[in-house]
Amino acid sequence: MSGTDTRNWRGVAAEDQEELSEQVSFLLRSRSRRLLGELLRPYRREIVLLVAVIVVCNAASLAIPFLIKVGIDEGIPPMASGRGPATLVSVVAAVLAAAAVQAATRQVFLRMAGRVGQDILLELRRRVFAHFQRLSLSFHDDYTSGRVVSRLTSDIEAISEMLQSGFDGLVTAVLTLTGTAVLLLVLDVKLGLVALLPLPVLLLFTRWFRRQSSITYRRTRETVALVIVHFVESMTGVRAVQAFRREPRNQEIFSRLNADYRDANVHAMRLIAIFMPGVKLIGNVTIAAVLLYGGWLALGGDVTVGVLAAFLLYLRQFYEPMQEISQFYNTFQSAGAALEKLSGVLEERPAVAEPHKPVTLEPPRGQIRFEAVEFSYLDGTPVLPEMDLTIPAGQSVALVGTTGAGKTTLAKLVARFYDPVAGRVLLDGVDLRDLGEESLRAAVVLVTQENFLFTGSVADNIRLGRPDATMAEVVEAARAVGAHDFVTALPEGYETQVGKHGGRLSAGQRQLVAFARAFLADPAVLILDEATSSLDVPGERLVQRAMRTVLADRTALIIAHRLSTVEIANRVLVMDAGRIVEDGPPDRLIEGAGRFAGLHRAWLDSISDMPNVPD
Amino acid sequence: MKSYLRPYATRLVLIWLPALAGVGIGIVIPLVGREIIDGPVARGDAGALLPLSLLALALGVIEALLVLLRRWMLSEAVLGLETRIRDDLYEHLQRLPMSFHGAWQSGQLLSRATTDLSAIRRFLGFGALFLVLISVQIVTVTGLLLNMYWPLGLLVAVSALPVVVISLRFERRYIDVSRQVQDQQGDLATVVEESAIGIRTIKAFGRGRHVFGVFDEGARKVHRTSMEKVRLSAGFFTFLEVVPNVTLAVVLLLGALAVGSGLLTLGTLVAFTTLMLQLVWPISALGFILVMGQEAMTAADRVMEVLDTEPEIVGGSGVVERPRGHLRFEGVEFRFPDAAEPVLRDVWLEVRPGETVAVVGATGSGKTTLTSLVPRLHDVTAGRITIDGHDVRELSLPTLRSMVATAFEEPTLFSMSVRENLTLGRHDATEEEMRAAIEVAQAGFVHDLPWGLETRIGEQGMSLSGGQRQRLALARAVLTRPRILVLDDTLSALDVETEALVEEALRHVLRDATGIVVAHRASTVLLADRVALLLDGTITHVGPHHELMASVPEYRALLSADLDEEALR
Ligand SMILES: Nc1ncnc2c1ncn2[C@@H]1O[C@H](COP(=O)(O)OP(=O)(O)OP(=O)(O)O)[C@@H](O)[C@H]1O
Ligand SMILES: Nc1ncnc2c1ncn2[C@@H]1O[C@H](COP(=O)(O)OP(=O)(O)OP(=O)(O)O)[C@@H](O)[C@H]1O
Ligand SMILES: [Mg+2]
Ligand SMILES: [Mg+2]
Repeated sequence: MSGTDTRNWRGVAAEDQEELSEQVSFLLRSRSRRLLGELLRPYRREIVLLVAVIVVCNAASLAIPFLIKVGIDEGIPPMASGRGPATLVSVVAAVLAAAAVQAATRQVFLRMAGRVGQDILLELRRRVFAHFQRLSLSFHDDYTSGRVVSRLTSDIEAISEMLQSGFDGLVTAVLTLTGTAVLLLVLDVKLGLVALLPLPVLLLFTRWFRRQSSITYRRTRETVALVIVHFVESMTGVRAVQAFRREPRNQEIFSRLNADYRDANVHAMRLIAIFMPGVKLIGNVTIAAVLLYGGWLALGGDVTVGVLAAFLLYLRQFYEPMQEISQFYNTFQSAGAALEKLSGVLEERPAVAEPHKPVTLEPPRGQIRFEAVEFSYLDGTPVLPEMDLTIPAGQSVALVGTTGAGKTTLAKLVARFYDPVAGRVLLDGVDLRDLGEESLRAAVVLVTQENFLFTGSVADNIRLGRPDATMAEVVEAARAVGAHDFVTALPEGYETQVGKHGGRLSAGQRQLVAFARAFLADPAVLILDEATSSLDVPGERLVQRAMRTVLADRTALIIAHRLSTVEIANRVLVMDAGRIVEDGPPDRLIEGAGRFAGLHRAWLDSISDMPNVPD
Repeated sequence: MKSYLRPYATRLVLIWLPALAGVGIGIVIPLVGREIIDGPVARGDAGALLPLSLLALALGVIEALLVLLRRWMLSEAVLGLETRIRDDLYEHLQRLPMSFHGAWQSGQLLSRATTDLSAIRRFLGFGALFLVLISVQIVTVTGLLLNMYWPLGLLVAVSALPVVVISLRFERRYIDVSRQVQDQQGDLATVVEESAIGIRTIKAFGRGRHVFGVFDEGARKVHRTSMEKVRLSAGFFTFLEVVPNVTLAVVLLLGALAVGSGLLTLGTLVAFTTLMLQLVWPISALGFILVMGQEAMTAADRVMEVLDTEPEIVGGSGVVERPRGHLRFEGVEFRFPDAAEPVLRDVWLEVRPGETVAVVGATGSGKTTLTSLVPRLHDVTAGRITIDGHDVRELSLPTLRSMVATAFEEPTLFSMSVRENLTLGRHDATEEEMRAAIEVAQAGFVHDLPWGLETRIGEQGMSLSGGQRQRLALARAVLTRPRILVLDDTLSALDVETEALVEEALRHVLRDATGIVVAHRASTVLLADRVALLLDGTITHVGPHHELMASVPEYRALLSADLDEEALR
């Protein structure tokens, strides 16, 4: 398999774009900085306090060696000369006190910094998750769950690493750095200037590193997301993977992605591998220069030997914290790339937006109107060219038509998964775009073609329809759709765990649970998108009988290929290529000579005992 | 885990050499400084100044180079290791059977493949080396102290005792908590994944708030446990800083007494305390590194948990030269791992080459389970399944699975190009073969997609209509040209007209292959030559549709459309 072969497997989609221009990258940085600011703002006071605490802590810890020196210099001679241990004892007491202060402040700092960090992480997690939930389906259609997961796991971790990576070390380092710089200049201006001369070089070097690493870390974020996407999808579809012997090819793709991720990481680590010793080199060269120049000055008597000795000591102290700072800078860059990605998500506006002044329906009646609605998923390929339709409240409408005609699309528009490109969809005369989310969801429930069960018990899953339902109501809903029998036969009845994606249940059983869920929700408008396609005939019949009682007083849109469902409808819509081609009560359509009559005949043939087998 | 480390062990040790050398040079450079002050400057010897300065420069450059070398080598080694374990983990997961994947949340698997592996990488890339350097430093300094004045040295060594005891205790508790955090993060990843895959259902019921509640609970759990971790480590870190400081105070006190009684010179005491100060930082850094190490260890445990799971379903060595596809179920029983009752028992069924059998049964009767036994997605718990006389367990998995292709009841598509989805089972299919398979499944719509076969379809094929997904999955199964074709209720989402067209085309395919068709509708049953009725977990009747219709009331109840409704209950 060639290299290109393992690159093209994903196929083409509209949203693909890579390589950011300088300008965009600047925008990204300022956007993520804004997010960081927003996250930190509530903790302004804590952060100031933290800095104060760490300063005290450092002072205490620096005091100890000093006190020891004092103890030896001033405490021991009096003792030796028999004047008693008073000074020594007080010095020892001071050491212990300093140790106590250091311990106390350290403890306070670690806990407080830890709490602030964890609080920020929690807030970030909540924010991003809530935002993902708010974003519309058109976003999720392209984004894939793997990328959602990677944002909420690996990106968050990169930030968590920064929050944990010795913020105290950074403060200490900066303090030591400025303190030492001042000291150097005070000791000797000329020599001090020489010692500080490389600072501009250091700044340039740091800028180079920042530029390079922001590109590289962005790459690590992107490559790890692809690794996660592929991983999640192969695990979700592992049944097909194994049945179709897809393993070798998957392995090939995964190794490729994994190697890309490694390469991005290697690149990042190499940048640090250059940056860190680079900083060290600058420090060491400076030390050598100071030695030479200082030695020369000392020879000429311009500086004292003592000053020179002090310089050498302090220079080491000056360049040592640089390592710490660059280490922190590095995790900061990595977290910065993650923040960029997260702020990108948070910046996305839901295509289906919540109205500013939401209208509420009290109570909803369930009249649906399409006024000159046009819809397309991709520009230029209209799925619904122009749709005008009124469904009076309380009517049961069957929607039939060839596959891909746009039935599900119509249903999704009623449930406002998408907004029409032109025209409007109205519920009880209110444009769906003006209706509050709560109000809409309480009024309209859609049972999708691909029902999804969540980890949890059968009861939990049914209860998703109405979280505050009692157990009795849950059981009643299950009974109504004919799910009760199989549920009670499960080892733990309603409390049986349905397993990953409902894998513990059969396809038909999953459909029944999804159905019971909708039943429990009890909306004014119920949309069933092939909700009985996987049921056996008796099961389907049972569901239909239940529907007949339920649907008596509510609007229903029933999409089905099995025309048996049509029996319970008062009206049939036949759809073809995004248009409604026939509309009327079922009896009349069956008697006519249109498409529905043909469909109905074909269907009767297909279920009768003596079919005309085509040969 | 050891087996992973072994090839890298020499390399990791090699990396310690420049590291140690670098530390050595770091100590030597100040000595050169002292040399300059004591030598040329003190003696006024300008000539020696330059060479010594150049020496300092050279040493400085070498130190930087050694750091570069160390980091460069380390990044290769450590990332290589991480990547290899991840590859192996993925490979292993692909081999583990459906029963494993049913029981394990994908978030847990994912967090092992990402979070845990990077914890291991961080420790090996940074922590391990530091641990060695620090340990060396602590031992040397303590040794020097003992050598300098053994009673005080002993005191310092004894002060290490509480450090060791507390470290061990801390370790035990910390491992618990860190494992808990890792597990909770895995659970959280699961919630995230489900909320993303199930977003349509969530939106349809307007349950965003409810799902957010579930996530929030998980996130708060992680927060709580992480805070527990913070508290634990804050206590431990503080303790590690207190011990050397208190020891220092004691040393000062006792040292003063010793000096007072003439056992010790003042100079030695100065040297002793100065040297002792060098212990403060390494001991406090120890805490941080131990924490890292523990996290890496629990992470490794979690990873090994998966890697050590033996795949229960491994292929035999048998190959069938010219498979005909003669399929037999012989007294097959199947029981899910934790179930009390078998789903299938004593199933006998024979499908001859070229023949097609429909399996009919009520919802949840075990049809899908039955079909999944043939390609060994599950293994029978008693009895056996043979193909051309070979027990399927004797055949190698590639042989077996290339003979059997299944179109699942759920299409199971991937967010990649249509072509890649289509050729899932046969990567080398020609354009011609693809066209034919598309034709059979009436999946011509793929040509109308914006980029044709190269169009990426959404996750789980979500950018296609229900019927389109099903037809693509059907085309995928047909394309592999299997000896045994299993269709698990694969026409349920098609309209009557399209269904008729697909059936017509399938008849041709099924003529040369052995077919198993799971069906709920009479129209699909008619694809088959014979029908097997699955009742109460076993096959009770086999025969042509009409016969069963006439003679078996249970069968009639399942398939007849115009049975009196009230008669059902
Ligand atoms: N998310 C999407 N992005 C792009 N195109 C889409 C998307 N969803 C559906 N389509 C396309 O829109 C058309 C109508 O799809 P829709 O799901 O409404 O069909 P349907 O009538 O429900 O068919 P079926 O009976 O097979 O479920 C199809 O051609 C489909 O490929
Ligand atoms: N992992 C599992 N553990 C325990 N029981 C299971 C598991 N998976 C399925 N079952 C049970 O096994 C039985 C058979 O399931 P199966 O999926 O084979 O049914 P089916 O005949 O295909 O039904 P459908 O027509 O609804 O697809 C069901 O009652 C189901 O609850
Ligand atoms: Mg549809
Ligand atoms: Mg099934």
